[in-house]
Amino acid sequence: MAAFPWHARSRNYVSESEVCKLESVPLDFGDYHPLKPITVTESKTKKMNRKGSTSSTSSSSSSSMMDPLSSVLDGTDPLSLFAAAADPVTSAPPTDGARRKRDKDESSAVGSDFEPWSSKRGEILARYTTTEKLSINLYMGSEKGKVTTTGSAVSEKVRTRLEELDDLEEGSQKELLNLTQQDYMNRIEELNQSLKDAWSSDQKVKALKIVIQCSKLLSDTTVIQFYPSKFVLITDILDTFGKLVYERILSMCVDNRVSLPDNFSPESVNDTAKETCLNWFFKIASIRELIPRFYVEAAILKCNKFLSKTGISECLPRLTAMIRGIGDPLVAVYARAYLCRVGMEVAPQLKESLNKNFFDFLLTFKQIHGDTVQNQLVVQCVEIPLYLTLYSPAIDWILQCIAYHAPDVLLTEMMERCKKLGNNALLLNSVMSAFRAEFIAARSMDFIGMIKECDESGFPKHLLFRSLGLNLALADPPENDRLQILNEAWKVITKLKNPQDYINCAEVWVEYTCRHFTKREVNTVLADVIKHMTPDRAFEDAYPQLQSIIQKVITYIYDFALLFSVEKFLPFLDMFQKESVRVEVCKCIMESFIKHQQESTKDPVILNALLHICKTMHDSVNALTLEDEKRMLAALINGFIKMVSFGRDFEQQLSFYVEARSMFCNLEPVLVQLIHSVNQLAMETRRVMKGNHSRKTAAFVRACVAFCFITIPSLSSIFTRLNLYLHSGQVALANQCLSQADAFFKAAVSLVPEVPKMISVDGKMRPSDAFLLEFLCNFFSTLLVVPDHPEQGVLFLVRGLLNVIQDYTWEDNSDDKVRIYTNVLHLLSAMTQEAFIYHVDKVDSNDALYGGDSKFLAEINKLSETVVSQILDHLKTLGKEETLKRQSQLALYFFNTILAHGDLRNNRLNQLSVNLWNLAQKHGFADTKTMVKTLEYIKRRSKQPEMSHFTDLALRLPLQSRT
Amino acid sequence: MGTALDVRVKRAGKVYRDGEILSGVVVITSKDAVQHQGISLTMEGSVNLQLSAKNVGVFEAFCNTAKPIQIINSTIEMVKPGKLPSGKTEIPFEFPLQMKGNKVLYETYHGVFVNIQYTLRCDMRRSLLAKDLTKTCEFIVHSLSQKGKLLPSPVDFTITPETLQNVKERASLPKFLIRGHLNSTNCVITQPLTGELVVESAEAAVKSIELQLVRVETCGCAEGYARDATEIQNIQIAEGDVCRGLPIPIHMVFPRLFTCPTLETTNFKVEFEVNIVVLLHDDHLITENFPLKLCRM
Repeated sequence: MAAFPWHARSRNYVSESEVCKLESVPLDFGDYHPLKPITVTESKTKKMNRKGSTSSTSSSSSSSMMDPLSSVLDGTDPLSLFAAAADPVTSAPPTDGARRKRDKDESSAVGSDFEPWSSKRGEILARYTTTEKLSINLYMGSEKGKVTTTGSAVSEKVRTRLEELDDLEEGSQKELLNLTQQDYMNRIEELNQSLKDAWSSDQKVKALKIVIQCSKLLSDTTVIQFYPSKFVLITDILDTFGKLVYERILSMCVDNRVSLPDNFSPESVNDTAKETCLNWFFKIASIRELIPRFYVEAAILKCNKFLSKTGISECLPRLTAMIRGIGDPLVAVYARAYLCRVGMEVAPQLKESLNKNFFDFLLTFKQIHGDTVQNQLVVQCVEIPLYLTLYSPAIDWILQCIAYHAPDVLLTEMMERCKKLGNNALLLNSVMSAFRAEFIAARSMDFIGMIKECDESGFPKHLLFRSLGLNLALADPPENDRLQILNEAWKVITKLKNPQDYINCAEVWVEYTCRHFTKREVNTVLADVIKHMTPDRAFEDAYPQLQSIIQKVITYIYDFALLFSVEKFLPFLDMFQKESVRVEVCKCIMESFIKHQQESTKDPVILNALLHICKTMHDSVNALTLEDEKRMLAALINGFIKMVSFGRDFEQQLSFYVEARSMFCNLEPVLVQLIHSVNQLAMETRRVMKGNHSRKTAAFVRACVAFCFITIPSLSSIFTRLNLYLHSGQVALANQCLSQADAFFKAAVSLVPEVPKMISVDGKMRPSDAFLLEFLCNFFSTLLVVPDHPEQGVLFLVRGLLNVIQDYTWEDNSDDKVRIYTNVLHLLSAMTQEAFIYHVDKVDSNDALYGGDSKFLAEINKLSETVVSQILDHLKTLGKEETLKRQSQLALYFFNTILAHGDLRNNRLNQLSVNLWNLAQKHGFADTKTMVKTLEYIKRRSKQPEMSHFTDLALRLPLQSRT
Repeated sequence: MGTALDVRVKRAGKVYRDGEILSGVVVITSKDAVQHQGISLTMEGSVNLQLSAKNVGVFEAFCNTAKPIQIINSTIEMVKPGKLPSGKTEIPFEFPLQMKGNKVLYETYHGVFVNIQYTLRCDMRRSLLAKDLTKTCEFIVHSLSQKGKLLPSPVDFTITPETLQNVKERASLPKFLIRGHLNSTNCVITQPLTGELVVESAEAAVKSIELQLVRVETCGCAEGYARDATEIQNIQIAEGDVCRGLPIPIHMVFPRLFTCPTLETTNFKVEFEVNIVVLLHDDHLITENFPLKLCRM
């Protein structure tokens, strides 16, 4: 095939752009516009919630910004509200009485502000541990074939029942001794599982046996320090059991596939279900031992709902009284806690028995100091203060249940009752943890007085102060008392000898200090902490607490100028000597900085401190650091770099960047950020100088460019480097640093051959061609305006790049090279124009340099010819069966290029385009829709002036029908 | 198993009273059609008396009480000999629970020496080749409410070392004072036994306090009788060294089947008692006995 000469169409960009511009229409303010802020006119969220949907009428009349999603989400979540509120529209209207009743139920139900048991659970398990050996004593083995002595008249069924029940008492004894705590927990979990298994395999009697045996374990107080955790584990099993029984009976109530509504009445329960339920209660009532009988009955308390309306309200007081029979005060108080827990769950409106439970506990309070308990403690070698802390979870829970939505009068009464008892620190502590923070805060001085009066040998005092501090962190005490409270409390805290006790207290009180006082007090407190924690390197065991102190300080003091003026803050940071912890703390500080710092800063104190912190983070990076971690650290450091600004002092700014580069050289994203920042700085300089650099600014800008030029090679990602070269070259060009720009572009050209075929994107290997294609197109667009170097040949860079593309090893089955060549044709066409489509301000491009010189144009044409022949050669190689589709696509692509950029008045080019059109359609791989549209486009174009030759062209292009 | 026979009474609790109608269905399930020689249903009620081993030799010679006493017995022919279709066949039935004359329908009771039991037995007679099928089903009889109002009979009690009988060495006993009351010894069988107990003082630590429910069964006739007391159940009401001066509730549910209203006939008697058992840490066992009178209201 003969070479086709390329004839670029000459263009008048100005007039073309005018024709193509969208007509601008003045926007009337009242008009609807999709991007205008949406305002919800129905602003009462409650109303919308009732509809159960978040649909809202949007109007653009108001200018206030309101996000429809957040407006719905603030307050109660619409789903729960929807579930709670009776929907008058969708559900059948309930009878008036029923509805009133439901409303009443709701008002007394437990809301989301009640801290549920599940959140206490983990805490207790973590806190009450032991290293002593535990034992489980089970009497489970059911030996069949045992000779029964019961009378023969008893029916078979009754007899087997009896046997099974007997097994409970006399079955083979299985005692597991010497268990570690973990073994013990695993055993209990096994029991939980076997309970579920037994239940699902319909062995109800076995299930009951398991539950009874488990609850029996709660009467055993050997290894007393583990008792609270044991309680948690075993009541889990009881809860499971309660749920299983309830659900089973509920499932028996399903009549005609309609299950009972949530608040059913006993009348709607059928006889079989009632009988089953009654059976359970009779079975449980015959359990011999008190503690299992109590726990198992409490576990299925909810089932009373099937029998009678008043069942629960009759049962609760009876069970409450039953606990009086439990002699061990610790066992009894946990039994009370369980009853309160079940009570709150099933019938939260029945407050009476909650109070009764607490008062009963107060009545037996003296037992704690009785002989029986003391003897037991001596045997187990447990100190009194430790023993007393075992009560806390249970009393806390009981008081929390009582205090929930209780009037102040009741709380005051409770408090008075506690006050009257001797040695009441234990109670005091629980009162402080369970009652509303506001209630406690208002009486802080009273509490401090009471705490001071407490007996030294009893409940640990630092725990009392800790509890008080926790309350004060949540609610504010009266204004006048604030300083006195801090003074009184700190006086005691600072005297604590044990560093652990001290730090646990201090951690809590730091929040109070930060909340109400100035940096002077915070400084004093921090100094005190340092003083206590430094001897014997005590801080090593208290990193979590120290970390939490830092967190509290930065939550309240987020003005960093103020923060770093707290003298002891940095010395405090020095206590974090373990690297992982120190980095964590640094991260926290930086996060807070990024979150709270509104304006950029040049305060030397902040900069120094934060640079130090960032350096710490940076220095923690090593070969083993995870990618995510690095990314996170880099993001934090970048956030900091972005916030630094020296205003008009650009040189200082640059030197800061230089310093930062030397500090953070191991984190690539930071280097990238620095390059961008420096580029931005150069452009900022240009903006300030309005494009006319003085000698001084020109030198400065060159310094910026040099910074980028020497920084880029240290990056590892090839595309980052390519893009940064291009970007920095553009910046250099804009600042009239022509030789520097040339250097950037040359570097980019020489880097292209190194682009690997596959690159890793988000941890996955992907082919790189798409990225390369994108980059090259971008690069070519820039090259249009780059003026030729006087000492190099015409279009030196373009040629260089083309050579690189030619030599690059492309993927065998890809057309990318040809696509790039086609795009190069666009560039070359643009270069032949008299005036280029765009320019860089104050830089003469080739159009001005050569002024349409015929030699220059000839060079371009020669280049174009080569490129066209390359394209056609490639098209020819695609003639094989399996590549026909690609051939068709590529032909059409090339056709479009000719249509847009070629001068079709030239006959050969015209003929070429017709051939390409036919080639595209030849094997039926062309998309008919596209072809039709292309043809329509040509016809439309032909109507424009000077485009009449398009009419002829259109006539020569046949459309091939699919059939 | 080709053919299955089942008897189902209508009430879930299977509880019926004198004068009521016992109704239900006999269910026959079979894959094939069943050839049979007639199906009949028998309602039986009887008292079984068993002599305790220690007394057997003495009484059997002159007393015949060991034979079951029939309370009620009636049979109906449900289906004449013929053929039942395959699948599930339900045949409903009704029995009036009516006593003749002034005979009493005793309440169902399962004891050790006395057993009062009611059953429904369904028999399907078949040809020589196939075995006859039988299925029995127990139903429970509750006696009618007793006429008249139950008078509560509260009992107060005080237990000290001095009030005890059967003590060998009174001097070795630790000092204690236990007070309490039962709300009534006349109990309605469906209501729990209630009361309170206070350990006012005790030198030795308390180990456990229990309620022991005891049945006293008497079998005999004019010539003589055997009286045996056995434990029905034991309910712990206090464990460990309870708080002094704090009232502990006494609460016991009467178990079904194993208790019935106190019964006295010419041939046998069933009575109940409760023991309050206090176990001290030095293994001293203190028991206080209260006879109960159970009735059904």
